[in-house]
Amino acid sequence: MKYIYYPGCSLRGTGRAYEESLLPVLKALEVPYEELEEWNCCGATAYMSVDEGKAFALAARNLALAEDRGSGEEKVPPTIMAPCAACYLGLNKAKRYMSENPQLLQKVRKALAAADLKYKGEAVVRHPLDIFVNDVGIDRIKAAMKKPLAGVKVAPYYGCQIVRPFAEFDDQENPVSMDKILKALGAEVVDWPLKVRCCGGSLTGTMNEVGVRLNYILLREARRRGADVVATACPLCQFNLECYQDKMSSWYEDPIRMPVAYFTQLMGLALGIPPNELGFNHVFVKPEVALA
Amino acid sequence: MTEWEQTRKVRYEKDLDHNFYKEVSELAWGEKFLTCIQCGNCSGACPLSPYMDYGPRRIIAMTRAGFKNDVLKSNTIWLCASCYKCAVDCPKEIKITDVMYGLKQMALQQGVHPRNFPTAVLANEFFRQVQTHGRQSEGPLIMSLYVRTGIFGAFSQAAMGIRLFLQGRIGLKTESIPMGHNKKGDLKKVLEAIE
Repeated sequence: MKYIYYPGCSLRGTGRAYEESLLPVLKALEVPYEELEEWNCCGATAYMSVDEGKAFALAARNLALAEDRGSGEEKVPPTIMAPCAACYLGLNKAKRYMSENPQLLQKVRKALAAADLKYKGEAVVRHPLDIFVNDVGIDRIKAAMKKPLAGVKVAPYYGCQIVRPFAEFDDQENPVSMDKILKALGAEVVDWPLKVRCCGGSLTGTMNEVGVRLNYILLREARRRGADVVATACPLCQFNLECYQDKMSSWYEDPIRMPVAYFTQLMGLALGIPPNELGFNHVFVKPEVALA
Repeated sequence: MTEWEQTRKVRYEKDLDHNFYKEVSELAWGEKFLTCIQCGNCSGACPLSPYMDYGPRRIIAMTRAGFKNDVLKSNTIWLCASCYKCAVDCPKEIKITDVMYGLKQMALQQGVHPRNFPTAVLANEFFRQVQTHGRQSEGPLIMSLYVRTGIFGAFSQAAMGIRLFLQGRIGLKTESIPMGHNKKGDLKKVLEAIE
């Protein structure tokens, strides 16, 4: 079965290092995928604030396109792989709310019908963390390892929308899938209770003082716990944690320098993929952080 | 209205809107709103409540009591970052995050937020981009946010913008998919057809 890859807007912009590291890792682990053609924005949080009905229609169009394409195998539901936390939530939310609310479902189906699309409710939306741990399996990841992340202390950061409120593949308070992957690849995972505390999302752009403060709280604690690097699974979390460190340092008179990488970049290094093929030119963090 | 009336904190019966709770409970997912037991789990769980005018528990209490203006003008609804912690922790399973979305929509429709308030500008600009292009482009989105709200003036912000530009993380290119092609799957048709 081929996974239906749904990159989302951020992975073509600020989060391009995420896509550039995810795809080679999928290739190295022999996970087949194909990009969903003509996908549209998931709606994220901003669209939902303006028009709810349209937000659901927007998300549902992607689900319908995936169903139209199919999984290529009988009895296997079309499976969307959504690496961005906001997309993962947005698509899952639409799916869940349409299944709980027949009126909404009818409304959205009618709108989709105008473009000759059908939504049956079969498509499944999964995060790469879920796919790596539950489909590929830790054993296979370990077997593919070429350069262990030995001696690297990683603070895995899950943020909000991957685990809350719809994820079923991991615990909402203490998720461990990223921990498992990184441990299997030789890294030392630091115990970091803030791993599901919100980074504030777009607040760094809209209410900067508050957004930066939230990220400072996260990084300060990661540093106190002895982390060498924070690993993220969301483009907005990565951006927020990485890009405001100068500001934090001057505002809080506390020079803070904490490398923030995508978990897929760390995986890629461990799988022996050359650093220049893992998007390190599009982030501030340098690959040396994880290379012994 | 006297000066004292404009600034006073005390509310009189006549200031309240006793239909406000009905409006809110009629919002999508507002159905369980009235069953709130005011336990405060939401406000305790919310990472943003220290910065809010009123935490989510108080927003619910004020909504039920009819403090429409205070609720819609509060920074609370705009500080909500949709992390869903409150909704997950609520013992009455109230979808608080979704009620916050409903309040945001109300505030936008009624125009009661401050002019060029960044979050509202961002939401509207995001909406417009997706409406026309089907996808969102971060570079142009951030630019228009900065230009319209004036935070671009901050030197550190501009310096960061330049670094990101040099890294190829924000460009000026607009991402888009074909809209209005009248073939199967046309997003424009879907968005026009939704009621």
